Amino acid sequence: MYKIILLIMLPILSLAQSSVQGKITDSENKPITNVKITIPELNAVLLTNESGLFSLVQGDRNLLLVIEKSGFQTLEIQQSVKSDFTIQLAKTDSGNNIATVNIVKKQNTLGRKQKAVTNTQNLSQGELQKAACCNLSESFETNPSIDVNFSDAVSGNKQIKMLGLTSPYILMSEENIPAIRGALQATGLNFIPGTWAESIQITKGAGSVVNGYESISGQINYELVKPQKEDPFFANVYGSNDGRYELNTHFANKYSDKLSSLVLLHGNTRNIKNDMNHDGFLDNPLGKQVNILNRWQYNNVEKGIVSFLNIKYFSDEKTGGTINDNSHEMIMNPNLWTSHVNTDKIEISNKIGYVYPSMPFQSIGFQQAFQYNKMHSEFGDKVHHIHHKNYFSNLIFNSIINNTKHKFITGLNFNFDKFQEHLEANFMAEYDRIDTSIGSFFEYSYDNLNNLSFVLGARADSHNRLGLFFTPRAHVKYNPFEKTTFRFSAGRGKRASNIFAENINVLASSRDIIIKNENGKLYGLNPEIAWNYGASFIQKFYIFGKENEIVIDYYKTDFSNQIVVDLENARQVTFSNLNGKSFAESFQLEWNINLMTHLNLRTAYKYLNVKTEYATGLLDKPLQAKNRFFANIAYETHILEKGQQWKFDATFNWIGQQRLPNTQANPVQYQLSEFTPSYQLINAQITRTFSSTFELYFGTENLGNFKQKNAIIASDNPNSPYFDSTMIYGPVFGTMYYAGIRFKIKDKKEQTHINH
Amino acid sequence: MKKIVLLVLIAFLGINVNGQEQPNKNKKEEVEVNGLCDMCKKRIEKAAYSVKGVKSAVWHLEDQDLHLIIDETKCKVLDVEKAVAIAGHDTKDIKATDAQYAKIHGCCKYRTDEKH
Repeated sequence: MYKIILLIMLPILSLAQSSVQGKITDSENKPITNVKITIPELNAVLLTNESGLFSLVQGDRNLLLVIEKSGFQTLEIQQSVKSDFTIQLAKTDSGNNIATVNIVKKQNTLGRKQKAVTNTQNLSQGELQKAACCNLSESFETNPSIDVNFSDAVSGNKQIKMLGLTSPYILMSEENIPAIRGALQATGLNFIPGTWAESIQITKGAGSVVNGYESISGQINYELVKPQKEDPFFANVYGSNDGRYELNTHFANKYSDKLSSLVLLHGNTRNIKNDMNHDGFLDNPLGKQVNILNRWQYNNVEKGIVSFLNIKYFSDEKTGGTINDNSHEMIMNPNLWTSHVNTDKIEISNKIGYVYPSMPFQSIGFQQAFQYNKMHSEFGDKVHHIHHKNYFSNLIFNSIINNTKHKFITGLNFNFDKFQEHLEANFMAEYDRIDTSIGSFFEYSYDNLNNLSFVLGARADSHNRLGLFFTPRAHVKYNPFEKTTFRFSAGRGKRASNIFAENINVLASSRDIIIKNENGKLYGLNPEIAWNYGASFIQKFYIFGKENEIVIDYYKTDFSNQIVVDLENARQVTFSNLNGKSFAESFQLEWNINLMTHLNLRTAYKYLNVKTEYATGLLDKPLQAKNRFFANIAYETHILEKGQQWKFDATFNWIGQQRLPNTQANPVQYQLSEFTPSYQLINAQITRTFSSTFELYFGTENLGNFKQKNAIIASDNPNSPYFDSTMIYGPVFGTMYYAGIRFKIKDKKEQTHINH
Repeated sequence: MKKIVLLVLIAFLGINVNGQEQPNKNKKEEVEVNGLCDMCKKRIEKAAYSVKGVKSAVWHLEDQDLHLIIDETKCKVLDVEKAVAIAGHDTKDIKATDAQYAKIHGCCKYRTDEKH
């Protein structure tokens, strides 16, 4: 029962999904190791460890588990994954089959949350390991809902887009504490190592009001690995032919049943100069990064308390530009150009949750975070410094009205941001500001336990620059038939844009910066306000006994105000308030097929219509493909006795033509065509698991060796007024190969315990 | 002496009063309920929630039991069992009548001795 309390309280701490533990025992309650558990719905295969344990992402639903172990009966069971559970397996000779009979579902999804009212997908660690995935910005390459932009040669950072909108319009949170915002809004995902993430939840469209008013196109939450569940030691080494090396080590320590800690260390470096497209510029900046996280977890199941404390530090350094470095020369060489970006961060966060022992449906949670972010950028002769201090706190109360069909979440939050910003470009300016906001929220959810559920949420916030405002959000889920799901959502978002930090790449050009000051409270501009509404439809069906899933969704974001970044004049970049229309329409058609056992195919077509009123009229957003096609095929072999397995994964992307900003004002040799060509990319990976503690993987990105030509305008004359490195629409490096290993040491105590 | 007796008596009475169960607003109960599948689960939980005072009702297929949190000032477990039985599911204390059982969907027929 205490376990149930604990598990019910986890949701307040992690509001979205954390994981539950399942245990497989024999009829005498002795744990069975290396039991194979297949979860067709998640397309996952798990093995129990020496204590008979395995973990699953917690969800408010039932999953079909196929439990196989030689010497025991194969069991197919519908198991609730709300809380920890134990399943007993009967020996094959023990008479009648007690298994409940279910149709074996072989679904192929990323784990789309069936029960969730919002359109949320869960990416498990297995999914994250399908790509090179050195950091979170790269972890979406096997997911059609998120587009990963190509890193520009100068900053080396990858940006993501959801529903045709860049990351500033996505609320990104770490275990439900808004994490990647302010100074690091555009680059922050690059500083979360992939091995640190336990899972990622992607919510399309208006999200919950609990985490704030800033989300416009969606929310991405990532769960970090938990001290209590980690193995004592984990190491990952990665290297690629473009000169990038990474090392991840995790050390976990359990002090008692209640207290555990985890130290995560990450280091990466890129020290080989590459210029595969022969433009005289490095394809990727050289760099190094040190990233440290120390987590403490305290669980007191008797008292219903769970608490986390995180201390994080990182320092990252990147140097890009012309392949011949002039940074140490006293006299500027007109043919040389360099960039330096140094990013540092310190963060301390903690959360504590309490569940009323007699009322598992009622809980209180408190979370707070302090962070200090520093980013110093130099691009040629342009300089940008930003120091951002933030304090965030959130008090959340969960309970029910009459019964658990009617639930509510209410609470208060407080946010403080202090920005010190310095810019040297065609002008010099300081943009220091302090933003404070206090808000309260209420969210009601209803579930008729059959086919209809909805969530209505609203929040009121008082912000010194955004004013006093109201944020409504609504979500509905309806299942007219068992295999058919409709979802609808609508909501409003409002945010203060940090125009330089969010568009830092425009500084890597000779463009003059112009701000059309309208005496607004943010750089002379006004807050961004948008409505997002959308609908999605999921239908599951069988063809030749194989499960198919079709997902159709349509979302539209309508801006009432937006900070328009106008690149249509090749000599300038203009920041202004929106004067006219701006919208982003996204239509996605996804078809997922289970071709045979362990062989799954995901295909998606995406149409994005993103238009904004620029000074020269209503135009398509530049560097945004209107049409995209995506396919991913994954195959894995059966897991053998000691955990040996092969996994194969390949992703195909076709990216349609993209509009380029107008470059007519440039001399002919520096003009670009109106549209980019369409191109295709193939990524592939093979993983060989030798045992449950050791695996090796190798893969390739951009197998077709596509290289963007003219990635940098006036690369031969970087100090001319025509220089521009922002027009990146594809890879510049060509085919990249990588390889890595994962190794872990399991708990010795548990092993000896088993030997008895 | 009399006073002591009185005190002891009062103390006893007090204990007695405490001993009589105070209605608990969040009483946890578990009761056996028979069913077969997810459709049964929906039907059982829906029936349980129809009783005023039921705050939480979760039926577990594997254990064939219904976990309840009820407000004892408003209802009793037996009330919930009655409601569940009317919906067609046998409980520990109350069995569904044949007519009630006949109403549940064909794939939900959980009575193993049933002749089809």
